[in-house]
Amino acid sequence: MGIRSWIEGWPVYRQLTGDDPTGRGAAVRSTRTGQLTARTETADSMARSVCPYCAVGCGQRVYVKDGEVTQIEGDPDSPISRGRLCPKGAASRSLVTSPLRQRRVLYRRPYGTDWEELDLDTAMDMIADRVIAARAATWEDTDDQGRPLHRTLGIAALGGATLDNEENYLIKKLFTALGAIQIENQARI
Amino acid sequence: MPQQDLVNADCIVIQGSNMAECHPVGFQWVMEAKARGAKVIHIDPRFTRTSALADLYVPIRAGTDIAFLGGVINYILSNELDFREYVLAYTNAATILNEDFRDTEDLDGLFSGYSPKQRAYDPTSWRYQGRQQAASTEDATSEGMAIHRQTAAGLEQESHGPPVPALTERDETLQHPRCVYQILKRHFSRYTPEIVEQICGVPKKLFLEVCEAWTRNSGRDRTTALVYSVGWTQHTVGVQYIRAGAIIQLLLGNVGRPGGGVLALRGHASIQGSTDIPTLFNLLPGYLPMPHHAKHPTLEQWIGDIHQPGQKGFWANARAYAVSLLKAYWGEAATADNDYCYDYLPRLTGDHGTYRQVLNMIDGKIKGYFLLGQNPAVGSAHGKAQRLGMANLDWLVVRDLYLIESATFWKDGPEVATGEIVPTECRTEVFFLPAASHVEKEGTFTQTQRLLQWREKAVDPPGDCRSELWFFYHLGRIIKAKLAGSTLPRDRAILDLTWDYPTHGPHDEPSAEAVLKEINGYEVATGRPVPGFTELADDGSTACGCWIYSGVYADGVNQAARRKPRHEQDPVASEWGWAWPANRRLLYNRASADPAGRPWSDRKAYIWWDEEAGQWTGYDVPDFERTKPPDYRPPADAAGVEALAGDDAFIMQGDGKGWLYAPTGLVDGPLPTHYEPAESPVPNPLYGQHTNPTRMIYDRPDNQLNPAESEVFPYVFSAGRLTEHHTGGGMSRTVAYLSELQPEMFIEVSPQLAAERGLTHLGWAHVVTARAVVEGRVLITERLRPLRVEGRIIHQIWLPYHWGSQGLTTGDSANDLFGITLDPNVLIQESKVGTCDIRPGRRPTGPALLEYLADYRRRAGLDGASGPNGASRSSGRRRSGGRTDPGKPGRAAGTRRRGKNAGAEGE
Repeated sequence: MGIRSWIEGWPVYRQLTGDDPTGRGAAVRSTRTGQLTARTETADSMARSVCPYCAVGCGQRVYVKDGEVTQIEGDPDSPISRGRLCPKGAASRSLVTSPLRQRRVLYRRPYGTDWEELDLDTAMDMIADRVIAARAATWEDTDDQGRPLHRTLGIAALGGATLDNEENYLIKKLFTALGAIQIENQARI
Repeated sequence: MPQQDLVNADCIVIQGSNMAECHPVGFQWVMEAKARGAKVIHIDPRFTRTSALADLYVPIRAGTDIAFLGGVINYILSNELDFREYVLAYTNAATILNEDFRDTEDLDGLFSGYSPKQRAYDPTSWRYQGRQQAASTEDATSEGMAIHRQTAAGLEQESHGPPVPALTERDETLQHPRCVYQILKRHFSRYTPEIVEQICGVPKKLFLEVCEAWTRNSGRDRTTALVYSVGWTQHTVGVQYIRAGAIIQLLLGNVGRPGGGVLALRGHASIQGSTDIPTLFNLLPGYLPMPHHAKHPTLEQWIGDIHQPGQKGFWANARAYAVSLLKAYWGEAATADNDYCYDYLPRLTGDHGTYRQVLNMIDGKIKGYFLLGQNPAVGSAHGKAQRLGMANLDWLVVRDLYLIESATFWKDGPEVATGEIVPTECRTEVFFLPAASHVEKEGTFTQTQRLLQWREKAVDPPGDCRSELWFFYHLGRIIKAKLAGSTLPRDRAILDLTWDYPTHGPHDEPSAEAVLKEINGYEVATGRPVPGFTELADDGSTACGCWIYSGVYADGVNQAARRKPRHEQDPVASEWGWAWPANRRLLYNRASADPAGRPWSDRKAYIWWDEEAGQWTGYDVPDFERTKPPDYRPPADAAGVEALAGDDAFIMQGDGKGWLYAPTGLVDGPLPTHYEPAESPVPNPLYGQHTNPTRMIYDRPDNQLNPAESEVFPYVFSAGRLTEHHTGGGMSRTVAYLSELQPEMFIEVSPQLAAERGLTHLGWAHVVTARAVVEGRVLITERLRPLRVEGRIIHQIWLPYHWGSQGLTTGDSANDLFGITLDPNVLIQESKVGTCDIRPGRRPTGPALLEYLADYRRRAGLDGASGPNGASRSSGRRRSGGRTDPGKPGRAAGTRRRGKNAGAEGE
């Protein structure tokens, strides 16, 4: 680096001679910063999404590289959020990619003192068996006057309010067909 | 109202909400309105960042908002500041009531029709005068209303008015002593500025400043917006809080107009969607009621209960919505001959809500429980009951991103520490199935302004993680396969269920778009998606999974996926996502024009009648039949949509009017009335009736409430959210950045209370109720102010409720402090106010904790003296008299003498 470029690289020099007199833009930009590339620029793809926390409904842009979520930013196109995210929305990449996140099925047998591993297909099969058995054991066909009840009170469910409409639709449809009525949601709470 | 519409407001009243911290990005619209000159008012027990950014902050005692709002109503009526032309045209102010109606003014806090035995009202006397309403006679009894309470029937009317006749007797001069206007005036006449000060602790001058700002900024040329959230809903009088706010907005002509209305800020990404397409026990999609065994044994009785003959409005087509749902569920099996498989629908017999369920779990009545992205061990009231219930199941399925407290209660919950849950004795079999995150699946969320927004999938879920769509689709598929060939009648409903969604990808993920298309509705013969609910038929020729969402897949296009950038469209942004119903962004927007169809003023123009074009036009989709002129008057024998006159702006109401007075549909009375919370430190100065007489009570030894006016529990507490955490913490205490930003549970108190109890800033303290003891670091701030209420000083305490035993930051859970008492209309718990004690130092641990609590309960007169919850003031006071000090401030907790009733809870 020559003396001239060293002086011209000095932020105060650039501030005084350039078009950034307040020193809040180009004048204070370092070489290293200039060489950085945003993850949003090198992403393989971007999905248009919505923040999963509160009900404001902020638009999110989810950037993906090599099959991993690398960045989540506010969507400037959204007429509701205008590109902004709160601390939770801005941290939602961590929510998705955290090493603490549970990625395998766990099983605790009755009276067990610790978790065990379980295959997903086996778990699904066991749960289906338990639903069928609980339903059979607690089925109520009619009330004491012979009017239809067609239900079980042996099964209950409580859903969160980050479920999609399509998911809620299938949950309600399946449980209703099974005769399970004790289906509830955070919306009650 | 859309959040963006707040910029059009001249004044914004925020009450029961800490919008700046809990809906921070939405709050930008408040700030923009303020920059344009709007006055912002915040009314809240605690000074928050919302208060800091408001023009006016009003501290209030938690649980007294109806007294405050009633005071505003009284101010409007006694000064005749209502927007008279709007009130006459669009509300039921002129409607005359039944002469048998008696008000709380006559009956010391009760309305006519109260049955002490049922603790419920016979609402017959609340009705409009004249033509008898056709409401089924079974409902119009106190027994009928007790069923309404058990089944949270009020929620079914979230989107429509309950049945009333189309034609009512009216007095347009508003002078008739039994017209709604005069009834309202009398009902609220004692809600004076002086009584507001006495009950709420709000100085008269401050109260009048709110009244003046609200009324001055309402009318032909100005509008005020009202914003609330769970600070209003989570009370035993929550629905009536919102009614009170709605009455003000109707009286001032602020509903259906730009910058006006009521903005309910819901708390989760798709909590509105979870109500519209409910996973709620008492509802089917689109607010159709789940059938009740006694009221709805047949299809015709069920539909007959949804709408009444002669009723106005769009609920008259309920049969089309109901039959189309049954067709969506059971397809070809559903025919006219078998009433479209109506008998497949399971029936309610009473209260099957989440709190009833939990108590039934404790009692061993429930075998299996699914938790789907929900953490009741932390997020629901009375955490101990939640955990003890889960510890007494045959099996539990938890689906979540992280190992939340509701998955690990058997291992490391608070009851394991006290010995109430012993892992080797806990029988519950637990399956933890990891869930897909919001970026690993596609589908729609419905956010707080009824807007559906489609999310694209960014990546496939890792490992065993799967969406709920995947889990339930495949669970249903497996169960259907296992039951195939069954000849049992009970299995027909599952075997006939339409369940043929296409799947794709490495995990056989079902198509969310195919489900959305079913939700939208389609012609059975052709599969063509219907353009909207007006095309649904009642003869089985259409299927529709949720009639209010009909149109979201119009023209075979996913309308919720529309993302036209905001710069390329007007501020209403009709091409961003899709809002129900029919993409209308502002509900009841017919009221933005005067009865003749002209904008009330140029400044507030939104929808108007275009005489030349012969249709309604404006910036939004008209919430009205597009070509019905303002001067249309229905023929005498008209019913349904045809019966709506050209100035009946409230098109879902049976009489086409906005209801200042609710003649039917509410369990706890036709008008909001101030009652004290279930746990209160003071008497009710307005009436002999202390608390909401119809509140839902679960009177059990494991759900005891602090006695009213108890000296053992002298302080008021409330709980809420922080910006950096989310509800039960499963989505935030697991995130490193958020845990660093808000690293620890705390208890916020005023300097005066700190002095009174010897609390030191950043030191430890613990809060005690009849249910639990919760500890945290002390945060002493002036954000909480002692209030002078009914001649004494009331201290309020505030706690965040995000903490639990799992995650990167752990702590006690504030929701453990609350008992279970519910609003009778919607069965939502009172978890925004309770009474408590606070003491310095950490709480006892292990079995000593149970002894400590038992000692409190004994001194409060609770153990062994179980009376009705919220026991009468006198007994609570008498039993607690003279024994108020459980220990000197600063004394180390956990050294308390052993009580006889140690370990009494959980019995």
